[in-house]
Amino acid sequence: MTHEPYDKKTASDIVTSFGARPEMLVQILHAFVDRFAWISEDAIRQLAAELNLSRAEVHGVVSYYHDFRTEAPGKHIVKICAAEACQAMGSRKLSAHATAELDGEDVTLEPVYCLGNCACSPAIMVDGKTYGRVSNERFDEIMASLGESG
Amino acid sequence: MATRVYVPRETAAVSVGADDVAIAIARCAKENSESIELVRNGSWGATWLEPLVEVLVDDKRIAYGNVAAGDVPALFDAGFLRGGENKNRLGAINEIPYLINQDRWTFWRCGLVEPLNIDDFRAHQGFKAFEKAVGMGAEAVIEAVKTSGLRGRGGAGFPAGIKWQTVADAEGEQKYIACNADEGDSGTFSDRILMEGDPLGLIEGMMISGFAVGATRGYIYLRSEYPLTHSILSRAIDTARDAGWLGENIQDSGFDFDIELHLGAGSYVCGEETAMLESLEGKQGIVRYKPPLPAHEGLFGAPTVVNNVVTLASVANIMNLGGEKYASFGVDRSKGTLAFQLAGNIKRGGLVEKGFGITLRELIEDWGGGTASGRPVKAVQVGGPLGAYLPAEQLDTPLDYEAFIEIGAMVGHGGIVVFDDTANMAQQARFAMEFCAIESCGKCTPCRIGSTRGVEVIDRMIAGTERAANYDLLVELCDTMEGASLCAMGGMTPFPVRSVLKYFAEDFASAVGADE
Repeated sequence: MTHEPYDKKTASDIVTSFGARPEMLVQILHAFVDRFAWISEDAIRQLAAELNLSRAEVHGVVSYYHDFRTEAPGKHIVKICAAEACQAMGSRKLSAHATAELDGEDVTLEPVYCLGNCACSPAIMVDGKTYGRVSNERFDEIMASLGESG
Repeated sequence: MATRVYVPRETAAVSVGADDVAIAIARCAKENSESIELVRNGSWGATWLEPLVEVLVDDKRIAYGNVAAGDVPALFDAGFLRGGENKNRLGAINEIPYLINQDRWTFWRCGLVEPLNIDDFRAHQGFKAFEKAVGMGAEAVIEAVKTSGLRGRGGAGFPAGIKWQTVADAEGEQKYIACNADEGDSGTFSDRILMEGDPLGLIEGMMISGFAVGATRGYIYLRSEYPLTHSILSRAIDTARDAGWLGENIQDSGFDFDIELHLGAGSYVCGEETAMLESLEGKQGIVRYKPPLPAHEGLFGAPTVVNNVVTLASVANIMNLGGEKYASFGVDRSKGTLAFQLAGNIKRGGLVEKGFGITLRELIEDWGGGTASGRPVKAVQVGGPLGAYLPAEQLDTPLDYEAFIEIGAMVGHGGIVVFDDTANMAQQARFAMEFCAIESCGKCTPCRIGSTRGVEVIDRMIAGTERAANYDLLVELCDTMEGASLCAMGGMTPFPVRSVLKYFAEDFASAVGADE
């Protein structure tokens, strides 16, 4: 996934594209994450100023939702479904396998609670793409294919 | 003439390689100098057969199941463009028992049509229900929905017609339709299949709802875990707007209606209607006190219909069939159909739309074919993470709202997650509390603190520390959470926990880490 460093002008353009409406804060934060990968303290300051909200309000929203990370993620983001349907198909083992395999790699590994792919469990999401019927072997193949594409 | 080939563009199909299959088919067609028209349809919901490719041969759609990209050259060699025999060949799509034995009332267009083709939608009754609604007038529409007995398909099962009447009667210049597409329950994906396979059907349902209650603006709150759905749905909204089916004075009806699509941000509790409204307003998804009901003071304080995707999509059907016909189906106070979703450890997982009253056993055995592992069914969780774990002895319970309440369970959004006998249910009880601790919005103490204490108590039981005393403590904690939480998150987390205590208590002694 390609992201760019935080830039005030780009950020401001994003806010403007949402009409600088404070009720669009969650949507604007999504656009920030798409663009910059994470939400920095500078971004929170700027959003507060441009949306006429307090920094506490913006910080509250950022910290409330799982999607809005406040640290730079690794080169790839791997989410393993840890909800019931995937548990029933061995996601706990898959998660242990992934943790061991990705040790030392520049990859952010985190749980997700349902990808809505529950008839193809266990399911994972890698860099925003959903994969189903993920055995340990298939997991390794998926990760290897990322290496190929850079 | 070009041969039509259908390859679903739907999350589950794509997650097991449908895009690669589509690319391989296009490439092989070129190499073989075959002229094809590749259609990316939605899924029929027979997820276990995905990627499910179809070829139109003499007005019949011949299906090929579990096609991998690597199978495609062999399919061409077998003449699949003319319906040729091959190991993947399943026969005509409309002869597959899994599909033809369903009651496809709401999902009938899923798989059948091109999701973003408005002409195809129109050719399959698209917007006919809206036109009929406009002809009937708002009051008659609400009456028909009341007569149909339609109850909210999101989980709570509140009668839709009564909700609509309340919003219609409420004072307010601006009213809203807020579609809850935050399908967070594990084991559920029916909203997703509908939005990916028939997005215009959802838009039509929202238009009818808006017309009935006098709302000119609609919002869809879609969970962010569904990126493909987001792409399809946002294009569908644009398509409808470009064709004059959203916007001002729709098709000269005098009715204005438009839809804005919002993304959630990974919070489970935002599926609770008031938390969803907060999130739609750009705030933290923290649950509101009720009253006031959203029907009186909802989005931005205005009267708001909050309905689930399938509820809204069902309305078109009610318009077309008539309220009485819809109500003639199902049992007692559970009318019409529900899209059940077979998930977890199941051989033939997918979506099965059936009238209420079907039993769990019929769904799991006849449709699902038992567990994927081939081992005996140990437990079935119905209705998401807040639903009870039922033992195999209860598989004959009919699926209707009241029958499930009687056994301390809930039908919810129709998700059915199957576990085989290798599952440790004490771990599942622990997870119910852990999930609540992770996802609690934090507003009320029983949910925020109780869930964390619940994990600790269960850990002690698993470890064998004063198991009897901790059992009593856990029951008491469940009572507190159930009776004193603000919403279903804390109020129903005890359901799966209690069911494990009731039916699978022996698992506490055999859980990993147990020392007794």
